[in-house]
Amino acid sequence: MLTRLLSGDTPRSSLLTVLLLIVLVSLAFAPFLFPGTKSLETAARICIFIVLVASYDLLLGYAGIVSFAHTMFFGIGAYGTSLALSATGASYWSLLWGTAAGAVVAAVFALAIGLFSLRVKAIFFAMVTLAVASAFAVLVSQMSWLTGGEDGLNYKIPRELTPAFKLVKDKVFDVRINGKLLAYYLVFFASAILFLVMLRIVNSPFGRTLKAVRDNAFRAEAIGYRVVWYRTAATVLSAVMAALAGSLLAIWLRYTGPATTLSMEIMIDILLMVVIGGMGTLYGAVLGATLFILAQTYLQNLMGVAAEATEAVPLLSSLVAPERWLLWLGVLFVLSVYFFPAGIVGRLREGARGR
Amino acid sequence: MSEQAIKPRIEKIPLSEQVFRKLPIFLVPLLALAGLIAIGNPASWLTLTVAGLAMGMMVFIMASGLTVVFGLMDVINFGHGAFVTVGAFVGFTVLAWVAGWTASPSVLLNLAAVLVAILAAMLVTGLLGYAFERVIVMPVYGDHLKQILVTMGGLIVAQQMIHVVWGPDEMHLSRPEALQGSVVLGEAAIEKYRLVAVGIGLALFLAMRHVLKKTKIGLLVRAGVENGEMVEALGYRIRRLFLLVFMTGSALAGLGGVMWGLYQETITAHMGSDIMVLVFIVVIIGGLGSVEGCFIGALLVGLLANYTAFLAPKVALISTIALMVAILMWRPQGLYPVVKAK
Amino acid sequence: MTVNPLLSLQGVHTHIGPYHILQGVDLTVPEGGVTVLLGRNGAGKTTTLRTIMGLWQASKGEIHFHDHMITGLATPEISRRGIAFVPEDMGIFTDLTVEENMILAAVNGPMDAKRLAWIKDLFPPIGTFWASPAGTLSGGQKQMLSVARAIIEPRRLILIDEPTKGLAPAIVKAMIDALAELKATDTTILLVEQNFAMASSIGDTVAVMDDGRIIHSGSMQELAGDSALQEKLMGLSLEAHQ
Repeated sequence: MLTRLLSGDTPRSSLLTVLLLIVLVSLAFAPFLFPGTKSLETAARICIFIVLVASYDLLLGYAGIVSFAHTMFFGIGAYGTSLALSATGASYWSLLWGTAAGAVVAAVFALAIGLFSLRVKAIFFAMVTLAVASAFAVLVSQMSWLTGGEDGLNYKIPRELTPAFKLVKDKVFDVRINGKLLAYYLVFFASAILFLVMLRIVNSPFGRTLKAVRDNAFRAEAIGYRVVWYRTAATVLSAVMAALAGSLLAIWLRYTGPATTLSMEIMIDILLMVVIGGMGTLYGAVLGATLFILAQTYLQNLMGVAAEATEAVPLLSSLVAPERWLLWLGVLFVLSVYFFPAGIVGRLREGARGR
Repeated sequence: MSEQAIKPRIEKIPLSEQVFRKLPIFLVPLLALAGLIAIGNPASWLTLTVAGLAMGMMVFIMASGLTVVFGLMDVINFGHGAFVTVGAFVGFTVLAWVAGWTASPSVLLNLAAVLVAILAAMLVTGLLGYAFERVIVMPVYGDHLKQILVTMGGLIVAQQMIHVVWGPDEMHLSRPEALQGSVVLGEAAIEKYRLVAVGIGLALFLAMRHVLKKTKIGLLVRAGVENGEMVEALGYRIRRLFLLVFMTGSALAGLGGVMWGLYQETITAHMGSDIMVLVFIVVIIGGLGSVEGCFIGALLVGLLANYTAFLAPKVALISTIALMVAILMWRPQGLYPVVKAK
Repeated sequence: MTVNPLLSLQGVHTHIGPYHILQGVDLTVPEGGVTVLLGRNGAGKTTTLRTIMGLWQASKGEIHFHDHMITGLATPEISRRGIAFVPEDMGIFTDLTVEENMILAAVNGPMDAKRLAWIKDLFPPIGTFWASPAGTLSGGQKQMLSVARAIIEPRRLILIDEPTKGLAPAIVKAMIDALAELKATDTTILLVEQNFAMASSIGDTVAVMDDGRIIHSGSMQELAGDSALQEKLMGLSLEAHQ
């Protein structure tokens, strides 16, 4: 039953299983285990980024395609939902059609870019997506009449998903059972379902062909697979998943702006999460996203302590300053690509095989 | 046995094909003409055209190294923008040191200050290019996926290091006296600095062409672009050639950084990655690996960006993307596809 | 006679990706004259040449050139020890002119005028199309340019991969004449050839390859005179090419 739910793609390492279970349980009971607004925010972000990073891995790890337009699709989903909510009111109906519209637009964009530039080389696709995504980000911030520009959009979501809505009067285990909690579980379950769907995709015949294309495009073409078709399909699927993750973010934050969805910084974060977690295995997305966001939220405090401790040494203290945490992640990233291209998950599985 | 022609002969290229190959050259005046019609006012058009050419030249300087590196070793450096930024910061730092020279009314001292700044920037970025090639690029030859990832990682680290060395804030600096202000030509005011930028860019392009066509190193680069294996079989160490080209490309990016910085008079740690978008568009339009294509692509992008910024400011960046799409529809490999043996 | 061979391969294995192409090649090329490497398509002849040049690395075995081990050296080092290479695809730089191709081939500095005159005499089209882009040459002319590049400076050994493949008979004859004249100078040639007529007209020694191994080596005279041996070694593989 469980194996079927995971599409037969089990973690294959006891340590990995334990880690994944810890993540799952922590996220499932986050509101009760870690009370407080900040930890709930962190937990929701982790859920959403697991989907986002996994959808990127679909492209990078399974199809071997580097795209820099993933945040564009993420943003399209987020803007779809938020525009619908602002235009047609805070109803579930607008929430639904906005999300669907976002996913469709993302799919169309991905199809166009894919058909246009996947024929040539991986490098070409990477460059084209980089250019298109930056232009898109600029466009969105300039069309302020529609998108609110740099300030972004604030909007209402259905009341049942806001803190104002009380489901139960009294606290349960010291936690208020309100709309915010409902919203969290909406994010959590939606993320879980999307993740399982992606697991199904990569373990289907389609996913296996994708890997064959990645490993030897020439041979796959010779056997008779339409390489361009498979690559484009992967691009579209991954774009739709990213758009859905964007919609979840829009619902959770009740705010959508360029900085939270479209920025190059987020694109780089996604890259770091995929590579550090492990390319070509969706579980890597889980670990990568979790570790990265925890680091983003809590490591900086730790580095602040280190910076204070080394205050006397000028260069060293600025190297460990909390703002410089990305420096160390960048170094870790480069080292991972060289030495552990399969990331944390790859290491764990290797360890399991060794025994 | 095949019945091939026996007598020596040259395969004549049909005239239409020759015209077709040269066609991209006419795109630049064509675009300028279209701009004139759309803008209507000759004075504004002249100002914009010079601005566009200046921008194009600066982007060309930054992009040329990238495209040759790709042609020669099939390596694309997504961290190229870091050299632009570092070049700008080094240049500005040097200019700040010699503030006495830049503020002086003497044109000679002004230019000396800029020259020193440029040389320092190129030296630092050239050496940085050496380190980058050895540490970041060398271990991932032949693997595009890893190249993209690793050079992107290098970019992140480099950007952060700029913060560490120069602090988190942007840097402002006024241009030296001699490069401020405009010359008036009829009704059109043309910034002096833009003319200087056009001059430097043009000189560099001609120098580059000369090196590629007339020197042995240039011949080796062109031969290596087509068939690196054969260059090695003839007895040349292509790795060394590549390192040299990589360092030159990095130094040129540094030069472009200083020039761009002086143009904007403000520099930030992420300016390099912002400009990289334009650089990539230019390299794609020109055809990966082609210097001539890169030059024409840069001019097209510079002109178009300035015209649209005047006519419809909101779509300036989109217009360059549209240009890229249009050109790729016409020629899927860019304006000047590079011949590869394999 | 115990003359040291100019080039010797001992138990050389080469893998290309998952494929095990050379499976223990033992080959000696004596100094002077033409050694012909025969064998059917896919026997490993081209791989042997490329492994000697260091373009593919031997996974096992040793290659000695002029009493020095050259296994594991980089291609440019091997080339500079005096081995020139004329690949099967000719390796012409089509973007460069004939002259520029020749300039690059003269690794040690400007071309020797006398030698160049001799080459233009051997291959007249080189002179005729001196300033033309090499990409506009015909197949035979490209082949001539490729050989010309290999001999613009004196080399001890020239590896030539199927110089007559797909060429018209008249050009094949010109090529044979040129190689014969080259042989008369102090140059050793290792020639890969499928055309037995060409091979026997110019070869002094011969080695036959099959399935990544040398299955016969000896003098060309002996092989050319022994049709039963020819039949045994290459009956099937060479018949079609005679």
